[in-house]
Amino acid sequence: MSLAKRIIPCLDVDNGRVVKGVQFVDIRDAGDPVEIARRYNEQGADEITFLDITASHEGRDTTVKTVEKMASEVFIPLTVGGGIRECQDIRRMLNAGADKVGINTAAIHNPDFVQEAATRFGSQCIVVAIDAKQVEPATDKHAGRWEIFTHGGRKPTGIDAVEWAVKMTNFGAGEILLTSMDQDGVKKGFDVGLTRAVSEAVSVPVIASGGVGNLQHLVEGITEGHADAVLAASIFHFGEYTVGDAKKYMAERGIEVRV
Amino acid sequence: MTKSVDVAVIDYGMGNLHSVSKALQHISPSSHIWVGDDPDMIKNADRVVYPGVGAIGDCIGEVRKRGLDQVILEVAKTKPLLGICVGMQGMMSHSAESGGVDCLGLFPDHVEFFSEAFKQTTALAAATNNLKVPHMGWNRVAKQQYHPLWNNIEDGARFYFVHSYFVAANNCASAVGVTEYGVPITAMLARDNIFAVQFHPEKSHKDGLQLLSNFMQWDGTS
Repeated sequence: MSLAKRIIPCLDVDNGRVVKGVQFVDIRDAGDPVEIARRYNEQGADEITFLDITASHEGRDTTVKTVEKMASEVFIPLTVGGGIRECQDIRRMLNAGADKVGINTAAIHNPDFVQEAATRFGSQCIVVAIDAKQVEPATDKHAGRWEIFTHGGRKPTGIDAVEWAVKMTNFGAGEILLTSMDQDGVKKGFDVGLTRAVSEAVSVPVIASGGVGNLQHLVEGITEGHADAVLAASIFHFGEYTVGDAKKYMAERGIEVRV
Repeated sequence: MTKSVDVAVIDYGMGNLHSVSKALQHISPSSHIWVGDDPDMIKNADRVVYPGVGAIGDCIGEVRKRGLDQVILEVAKTKPLLGICVGMQGMMSHSAESGGVDCLGLFPDHVEFFSEAFKQTTALAAATNNLKVPHMGWNRVAKQQYHPLWNNIEDGARFYFVHSYFVAANNCASAVGVTEYGVPITAMLARDNIFAVQFHPEKSHKDGLQLLSNFMQWDGTS
């Protein structure tokens, strides 16, 4: 096997500034997404994920400009998520230089949108983002059960996360970005049970997200969660670790990475 | 007479071609990079890039609809031509994608579906059981033959792939770079003034930019 497991730093961007974690480090410059993306690119990041959490229209225009600037300086794959509701939004992001788009809430409200988008733009650029919470714990006989939640984990949908992931790949999703709402921000590691359940159920690559607090967590996402890629934000933003540190640590534990 | 450009990136209305032109502009800031579907501009360019994303049926359909198939075949006789991803697959003779499609036939090889290939023998099916499709991410490319586009790139360098269909490397005489994903697949192939890659050099960081830079300096001979 020579395909490398991917490490993907994630930037949460609000009105053209990275907001998660970095604001306490260096208020002057640390919040510029292009600069941060450039730094991660130099450190050997395999992709960049850009989550647009802007609510306003003005903010969306800023996002397009930021994506354009990032794509003309950073030559690794770029995924843009947040606010992708119709084909027009996808076209706009791809034209700005994104390689893939993340679809989350819009897929839940209108699953056919995923099918339409995959047919029109190709599965390779359609990432379905799933936010899941555990609703039944694991037992000796059962791996547990997870449900899809919206509104930052506040609103249950009643949809089973594993079944949903399978449905979305059948609709043409080329990749699943899987976030555990239980673990997100807690820094105690991925929900490896959830990650494994989804990764084994679908035939497309799965990105584990939510909960990374140290480098061992990244290893566990791959070895126990069977993820194809691992996503993290704050461990990199705070300067605790570089992407290079993460790759070195993973390589020493037998995981194939691009160095 | 149309004014000639340094590089024409063929735009047949499918997907994102900005990445390719941005990467070319980045490595060669003084070059005139043109993106479009005007046949005369493409024919008069010093070198041509035939990119592609999406399904091959639509891609080849659009290329034919715009009369660009003849343009590509003509360019392929004379000047440096680079096919990328679906563009490379469009240069083959036939693809199993989109219900089976005849392609441009610049190379005699066929394009197959990973999931079908993986099922072919029991042993292979067992070994490839957990392999995801699309083949997505950074994989190593092993050098098969010398070519100027390998200049300053190490044998075994990693490039970014994303594809569900592939050209088998086993019987591919034109392969100059091969990668493994359950089966050996053709990652780079070449003949005369034509070079094609399955991966995305424009998204493959330093080595990808190096390959594009080599293409910009290539005189079309090997």
